[in-house]
Amino acid sequence: MRKRIGILLALVVVLSLVLAACKQAAPETEVPTEAPTEAPTEEMPAEEPLKVAFIYIGQPGDLGWTYEHDRGRKMLEEELGDQVETIVVMDVPEGPDAEKAIRDVVQQGAKVVFATSFGYMDPMLTVAQEFPDVYFEHCSGYKTADNMATYFGRMYQPRYLSGLVAGSMTEANFIGYVAAHPIPEVIRGINAFTLGVRQVNPDAEVHVVWTNTWYDPVKEREAAEALLDEGADIIAQHQDTTEPQKAAQERGKLSIGYDSDMRQFVGDTVLTSPVWNWGVYYVKTVQDVLNGTWVTHQYWGGMADGVVALAELSPMVPDDVKQLVDQEEEKILSGEWDVFCGPIYDQNGELKVPEGECMSDADMLSMDWFVQGVVGTIPTQ
Amino acid sequence: MTIVFEKRLTRSRRAMFLVPVLSLVLALVFGAMILLVFRVNPLEAYRVMVQGSLGSGYALSETLVKAIPLMLTGLGVAIAFRMLFWNIGAEGQLAMGGIAAAYIALFWADRLPGPLVLPTMFVAGVLAGAVWGLIPAFLRAALGVNEILTTLMMNYIAILLVEYLYLGPWRDPQGYGFPGTAQFPQVAWLPRLTGRVHVGLIFALVAAVLVWFVLNRTRWGYEIQVIGENPRAARYSGINIGFNILLVMLLSGGLSGLAGMAEVAGISRRLYQGLTVGYGYTAIIVAWLANLNPWGILLVAFLMGALLVGGDQLQVALGLPAAVALVLQGAILFFVLGGSIFVNYRVRIIRGHKEAKEA
Repeated sequence: MRKRIGILLALVVVLSLVLAACKQAAPETEVPTEAPTEAPTEEMPAEEPLKVAFIYIGQPGDLGWTYEHDRGRKMLEEELGDQVETIVVMDVPEGPDAEKAIRDVVQQGAKVVFATSFGYMDPMLTVAQEFPDVYFEHCSGYKTADNMATYFGRMYQPRYLSGLVAGSMTEANFIGYVAAHPIPEVIRGINAFTLGVRQVNPDAEVHVVWTNTWYDPVKEREAAEALLDEGADIIAQHQDTTEPQKAAQERGKLSIGYDSDMRQFVGDTVLTSPVWNWGVYYVKTVQDVLNGTWVTHQYWGGMADGVVALAELSPMVPDDVKQLVDQEEEKILSGEWDVFCGPIYDQNGELKVPEGECMSDADMLSMDWFVQGVVGTIPTQ
Repeated sequence: MTIVFEKRLTRSRRAMFLVPVLSLVLALVFGAMILLVFRVNPLEAYRVMVQGSLGSGYALSETLVKAIPLMLTGLGVAIAFRMLFWNIGAEGQLAMGGIAAAYIALFWADRLPGPLVLPTMFVAGVLAGAVWGLIPAFLRAALGVNEILTTLMMNYIAILLVEYLYLGPWRDPQGYGFPGTAQFPQVAWLPRLTGRVHVGLIFALVAAVLVWFVLNRTRWGYEIQVIGENPRAARYSGINIGFNILLVMLLSGGLSGLAGMAEVAGISRRLYQGLTVGYGYTAIIVAWLANLNPWGILLVAFLMGALLVGGDQLQVALGLPAAVALVLQGAILFFVLGGSIFVNYRVRIIRGHKEAKEA
């Protein structure tokens, strides 16, 4: 008896799904009849908009990482208008299941796919090998193919500038840093920030807590609160949401944002934020595809390109600090100096980059040590 | 006026047929209202879901990919539920199976002869899941500790252990610090049948036959049934309940462990975040929707896979927020599971003074 119910129930589910599919057969046939009536009025296939897909790890509502990529997507739509049509897939987990999301958008007709998290690297490479005529763009990774490129920004530049602000404003000389994963990107950011802090305040320390997640509002908040409990009076972060900023504000403490201009969302206690402007890159890259000039590349643009920047400073930041930031920014923009130019010492006081030398891109991209002034460890070193 | 649920003395055939149909229709109507809020044609949305999960060879293969772990864990929990042993721990047993298989693949693959690697991973995965299931079974059999709590709590231990391993000691040294172990050597990859569908599908089919045979054709299966339906009678007739709990959990945990082994060896080919995504919990729903019937579990797991895969399509094809797919999935489960109460109970509305007499 019981068994029969189970089987019956299952059968019903199948039947109704099939029925639903059949019912829809009619509207489906309407689609092609529409298409030809429109097509002849315009020039034939060339006018089809180029489908551009975006794979997001979170949702634009995070007001951080994904919000910024989505702002870039909107800029792409604005600038290129009818020439492009965008597809978005949100909340795609890193790892093997990303393969499906990437393949899905290609099967929906996407000709360019932007995957916006490190963990999409291997899955994207797999799909890229299956579809040689689709252009794949992976943010923050290091693997490329003839039809797969990487893109990223020298976020360490505005991070250094934000460090100048934090170093000038801390009274406790204790700055907390909520960090995602111990990978070179994040380590580089912590180091650049700390170099900025120590440039103006050699007594200040930057305390790092790892959350081992990009996007987890609860964990990010908890990590920030732990740092505040220990005495931090400024919270910096490398996460995808505004939670650490909010946690600091609720305790009457200051913070440095990241990804987007978090001062807009949280308030003036966010002194400034190193921010992304992906739109610059998205427009240029898609334009290249439209022109047929796209070739594989490893793009790593800095402040001079506009792909990264420092958000406007909060009115709480005094004018002399502002001037200092402007000066240093000018040095970076003109290319006369960069953040990882010596002398730079590591946590143990060992000289890593001698005076007069600067780190190569390769060394920066594989950075796995902390500079002097960072309190914390990199796991499994 | 009061509303009472009255147990039906005999199950009504009409209810048995009508209730699931009505539940599904209601779920689809409810979903349609949500879709209308988003200004999406509900029929179009449902078409996209069916098309995206069953409408092509590739879609079907992705549905099967999701169905495999649900089938194995579903079978695993069903056999425990048959004797009313509430194994909520399939998720943890799956995780332990994944860990054990990964351990063999990462540290023994080069020391074992090639053809033995996968069989060793198979055995290790099953054993690890079984042992993880055995702990709460032993606590229940020997000390009477409530298994709902122990199996549930042990999930968290196993899930955190997976996290600890891929974030800590087993992290890929060449992975730039990114969480996850190194990729397994090729000898440790479970062969794929088509698309991402791997041999785990065959494991699941064989497991279903095995579970059906054990439950319906063996003395042991009969004992399990008796314990489930009437423990007192079972005790009087001399069935050793404690021993049966241990045996059942060996099998139940072993099947979930196998699901974990198949996931790491067939899909991710490394230990990774994303191994424990809730298959072990969904398995409970699968098992009950299928009325604990092994064939039913295969079918329901497949449909559940379709629901998961079809939901993703709403985002890609119609640009709906990710959460809408989850709401739709939840609505369908809620109505179908909720509806099943009307098969066994009837609703009576009692008015005013009659209440006293009727009640």
